[in-house]
Amino acid sequence: MTALAWLIPCALALGVLGLAAFLWALKSGQFDDLEGASWRAIQDDDGAPDASDDPDKKR
Amino acid sequence: MDHALTLTVPAAATDVPQGPPKIISLVVENMQCGSCMGRIERTLQATPGVRHARASLTAKRVAVTFDAATTDAQKLVEALDRSGYRAAEALDTTADTAASRADDLLRRLGVAGFAAANVMLLSVSVWAGIASDMDQSAADLFHWLSALIAMPAIAYAGQPFFRSAVSALRARHLNMDVPISLGIVLATAMSLFQTARGTEQVYFDAAIMLTFFLLIGRYLDEKVRVRARGAAENLLGLKALGADVIGDDGVVRRLPARSLIPGMRVQVAAGERIPVDGRILQGSTDIDTSLITGETLPRGAAAGDLVHAGTTNLGHPVLVEATATDDNTLLADIARLVQAAEQGRGHYVRLADRAARFYAPAVHVLGAATLAGWLLAGAGFEQALTYAIAVLIITCPCALALAVPAVQVAAAGRLFAKGVIVKAPDGLERLSEVDTIVFDKTGTLTRGEPALTNAADIDDATLAGAAALAAASRHPYSKAVVRAARERGLAVAPAADVVEHPGCGLLAPGVDGQRRLGSLNWVKGARDSAGASASLWYDDGTGKAVGFRFDDTMRSDAQEVIANLRGAGYRICLLSGDREQSVRAAAHLAGIDDWSCETRPDGKIAELEKLKAEGRKVLMVGDGLNDAPALAAAHASLSPSTAADVSQIASDAVFQGESLSPIIEVLAVSRASQRMALENFAIAIAYNAVSVPLAMMGYVTPLIAALAMSLSSIAVTSNALRLRRRKLALRLGGTR
Repeated sequence: MTALAWLIPCALALGVLGLAAFLWALKSGQFDDLEGASWRAIQDDDGAPDASDDPDKKR
Repeated sequence: MDHALTLTVPAAATDVPQGPPKIISLVVENMQCGSCMGRIERTLQATPGVRHARASLTAKRVAVTFDAATTDAQKLVEALDRSGYRAAEALDTTADTAASRADDLLRRLGVAGFAAANVMLLSVSVWAGIASDMDQSAADLFHWLSALIAMPAIAYAGQPFFRSAVSALRARHLNMDVPISLGIVLATAMSLFQTARGTEQVYFDAAIMLTFFLLIGRYLDEKVRVRARGAAENLLGLKALGADVIGDDGVVRRLPARSLIPGMRVQVAAGERIPVDGRILQGSTDIDTSLITGETLPRGAAAGDLVHAGTTNLGHPVLVEATATDDNTLLADIARLVQAAEQGRGHYVRLADRAARFYAPAVHVLGAATLAGWLLAGAGFEQALTYAIAVLIITCPCALALAVPAVQVAAAGRLFAKGVIVKAPDGLERLSEVDTIVFDKTGTLTRGEPALTNAADIDDATLAGAAALAAASRHPYSKAVVRAARERGLAVAPAADVVEHPGCGLLAPGVDGQRRLGSLNWVKGARDSAGASASLWYDDGTGKAVGFRFDDTMRSDAQEVIANLRGAGYRICLLSGDREQSVRAAAHLAGIDDWSCETRPDGKIAELEKLKAEGRKVLMVGDGLNDAPALAAAHASLSPSTAADVSQIASDAVFQGESLSPIIEVLAVSRASQRMALENFAIAIAYNAVSVPLAMMGYVTPLIAALAMSLSSIAVTSNALRLRRRKLALRLGGTR
């Protein structure tokens, strides 16, 4: 029974982690252009790689 | 929508000090794949003044951040045009608010999903514990944990339903959200009470699962609507025109037609579409008014005459002064008629709401009957109340509320792939009830552009000669000649030194003398031509003129589509504003025997009213401004994407492309979707028929409630998904 005392918080914490990741992804526009995202992965940008791809990671 | 973008703005602003950056959204018509996306972004970023560009392939739009001081939207559009992309500034952004509503639902869906998974985890342990050796204290702990997770999640995720239920009750009517909200709230409240008492009648899992499934339905519904609205706006945005405005200093500037204000002077070149309602200041010309009146033959217009936006200038360049729309009697009339027709159509009650009207009272009566029945049978009040609430929980219309949205999502997705955008939320339901189809002629049954009709009488050499001249001109008739020559497989080499005499014709030196292509009088040597006609004449320099006659030709599959529709049992009519002769010919070609001609917009409404009085449900298919009131008045309406803006806005769905076959697809899919919605209702009711007696007899345990709820939801959703791939045949009144 004592195992529950840390197993349940662990399970919940993992769940919250997943939820937080989802909410972050939603907020940062990861789901805005699902069709386009699949193409961006295989695109080779010769010029400035950071200019168009992910503005969040720029700074 | 543009979170990623807005975040970078303050940072980017430090790079270039001058002026605040402006963000606009451009619609790009032919953005098809990933490489287009990259090329569009690179093109824009190479344009001076642009700080950032990010394309969205889903929305076919690109968000551009630029210095308002250095560049403007028109320059960006031109830059894209040079690299082969047809772009336009996006119209209003109603799609943005709808998109943020969809995002809000997705956020709630995420929270509900998290809570449902964890509560389910705890519930499964308790259910397993019943069979093994879990003691009461452990079960209580699990129930309390479930309460802790489920209650805040329901309070947050259930808000869309609670709000809708409250506003329905305020307006004193019932919708599906009333029994949903009641079921969720009662289940939660009772579960809390039973948890405190330490019994096993705890339904947190059912309540949160229910919220989760219902949010899925709601989200999909919203998503489809966002996509349809965005696509419809893109179509309108792309049709918006540019105008050459002559400033007070005499300098010509290119402005988007939307930013024209009354009093501006606009130069309209031959072959161009007139961008604004106005009065001709200088010049006289022929105008193609087919989009407005449905007439295929051009009419003459001289200085002082009023011209309408959307008509095409066929003759000379003219100078037009923009006037306010109110001055314009025809447009004002149309707007008034559209408004009146929309009010006259009345409020359509959707299938789900009709079902709710019966369902909600029935649920509440059943709950009350259970309470009364158990009290009469001698049970304690608390036990009777527990059973009554179990009835309310088990009847909570999860499957019922998913039944319609799931089908609509599948149907709209299928139609979207075929180039049909269903804009009205209840459009599919109304389309499915249609039994009569009224067509407009010009631009709907026909292509809305002239084509050479007597090509058979013209020999190859003459046609090639005429086409060589015509290749230099943008006039619709010239384009038709070139097209006819190409179709015959002739090589069209543009003639040298062609001179265009606007309103008269084309002139070029030839072997035997001057070659002329133009109006009869002019070709015969007159200095000027009078009156409009639907023909061109060609003289290869020998003095013998050959006539080229033009007419609006039928869409290639018009005859076949009409025959199929008739075969399926629809009654077909043709209502046109055009002259008798051409309407008769078109009706004959299309195989329609019920037609009328020279019908004015109010006349079209009167015809529709007559059909309505006969008890018919009419689908209006039209494109012209003159069809807009009829489109708004009909039971359901469709327009091609080439239609006038007002007509596109007034119609329930827009179809793209040259073919008319989308009409068949729309009708078939809408009928199939209505049938599947009913099937789904049947599944939901069958599930209730089994589980409600169990609940009334007091046999429903939390396990049964949770299972029944999830299974019925999954059943209706997977039934709806069948619509995506199924082959459909159109048959009015038949079953399949």
